[in-house]
Amino acid sequence: MLARPGLPDFEYIKAETFQDVFDWMKEKGDDLKLLMGGTDLFIQMRDRGEGPGFLLDVKGLPGMQEISFDRKNGLKVGAAATLNSLSSHPNLLTYYSILCQAADTVGNYQLRNLATLGGNICNASPSADMSPAALVYDGIVVVESPRGERELSLDQFWVGPGKTALEKDEFLKRIHFPTPPDKAAGSYYKLGRSKMGDLAIVGVAVLAFPDPNQPAGVQFRIGINSTAPTAYRVPAVEEFLAQSPTTDEILYKAAEMAMDISAPIEDQRATAIYQKKMVRNLVYKGLKEVREILK
Amino acid sequence: MAKHTITLIINGQSEELLVPSNMTLLHVLRDQLGLTGTKNGCEAGECGACTVLVDGEPINSCLVLAVELEGREITTIEGLSSNGKLTPLQQAFADLNAVQCGYCTPGMLMSGTALLRRNPNPTAEEIQKALVGNLCRCTGYQRIIDAIMEASRNGGAQ
Repeated sequence: MLARPGLPDFEYIKAETFQDVFDWMKEKGDDLKLLMGGTDLFIQMRDRGEGPGFLLDVKGLPGMQEISFDRKNGLKVGAAATLNSLSSHPNLLTYYSILCQAADTVGNYQLRNLATLGGNICNASPSADMSPAALVYDGIVVVESPRGERELSLDQFWVGPGKTALEKDEFLKRIHFPTPPDKAAGSYYKLGRSKMGDLAIVGVAVLAFPDPNQPAGVQFRIGINSTAPTAYRVPAVEEFLAQSPTTDEILYKAAEMAMDISAPIEDQRATAIYQKKMVRNLVYKGLKEVREILK
Repeated sequence: MAKHTITLIINGQSEELLVPSNMTLLHVLRDQLGLTGTKNGCEAGECGACTVLVDGEPINSCLVLAVELEGREITTIEGLSSNGKLTPLQQAFADLNAVQCGYCTPGMLMSGTALLRRNPNPTAEEIQKALVGNLCRCTGYQRIIDAIMEASRNGGAQ
């Protein structure tokens, strides 16, 4: 007996051009979904026993799996680039280490050979593993439609659990990460029920870099997932940190501020109060770690 | 539902197949080709019993449609040994009794083979990380880790 029922019926279509995508999306509307890695989509379809009538495979389109970097323009990641292709990319390990760290916490190695950055971002799960890292690197999503490209910041793109700002005729083409400031140091902590492979109860990315214009001499960026309807930055905490010397007391106060901003719900993975306290603990841990790297 | 004619290179052999859109690689291997060494466990990308190599990299065959893989090279557990001769990793699993019920073993061997190809001398921690997606409820993993280390000293994946 099968552990789960097979996939419901649908028609598979492979897109050859971007025009194909526009045409199919227009013709089929809500009865069509774009297919990249499929690692979330197929599981949802199996669990629900139903899904769209058409899956349009877009990962073979030009540029969709490309990863390119130069110091002037930063990093461009095609929406269908797999997580393993990110975490093994030499430029990413050098300049965007938290993206690699975060990618390595998603599911398992086999899954990451299929799962894509674009899929993780488009699912808009509050607990998406790539979100905190993408936020602290100021990720910008580039969406395509018959009207051309437009760019959105991640906080514009994620509008709620599973909800994005994509219009009906738009799809995610690539994600752009500007070159991080010089000497940026990062850390990523993910708490799951097991040490590896589980969904995040809380994930915290911290990026810090020297900035002589700030009273603290340093600027911090903090990205947090799994504890609000979308993943989020905490600008008030970042501003507070920039204004004050980075003593243990100040870092702890900042971590408490982040805890107060977090708004988790009770769920099967953890109670809300536990998640809030872990936001504080992981933010504190991350801040201390990057402060030591920058010393 | 329309069917698609596709060609896959399975264990070095070109196979022309007629597959419905919603058929995963796992079901093509097991039900159409009779390659039942690849196991069906969770069908959710968690247990790794269905792990096969696509162009040398391990994937969960339960999470990919056969039609997505047109022209790609698939290696299953049946394709590891040649002329009845086990690979060093298979031999190490046998020698060290890294098997109890055996259901996870094909997936373990595929993940282990891919690991040894990309990292011929892994540490125990690197092996643990590479096997996060391969669950075993019998062995406690220690002998599996030992066997992969043994194989790394004895010819690697091959």
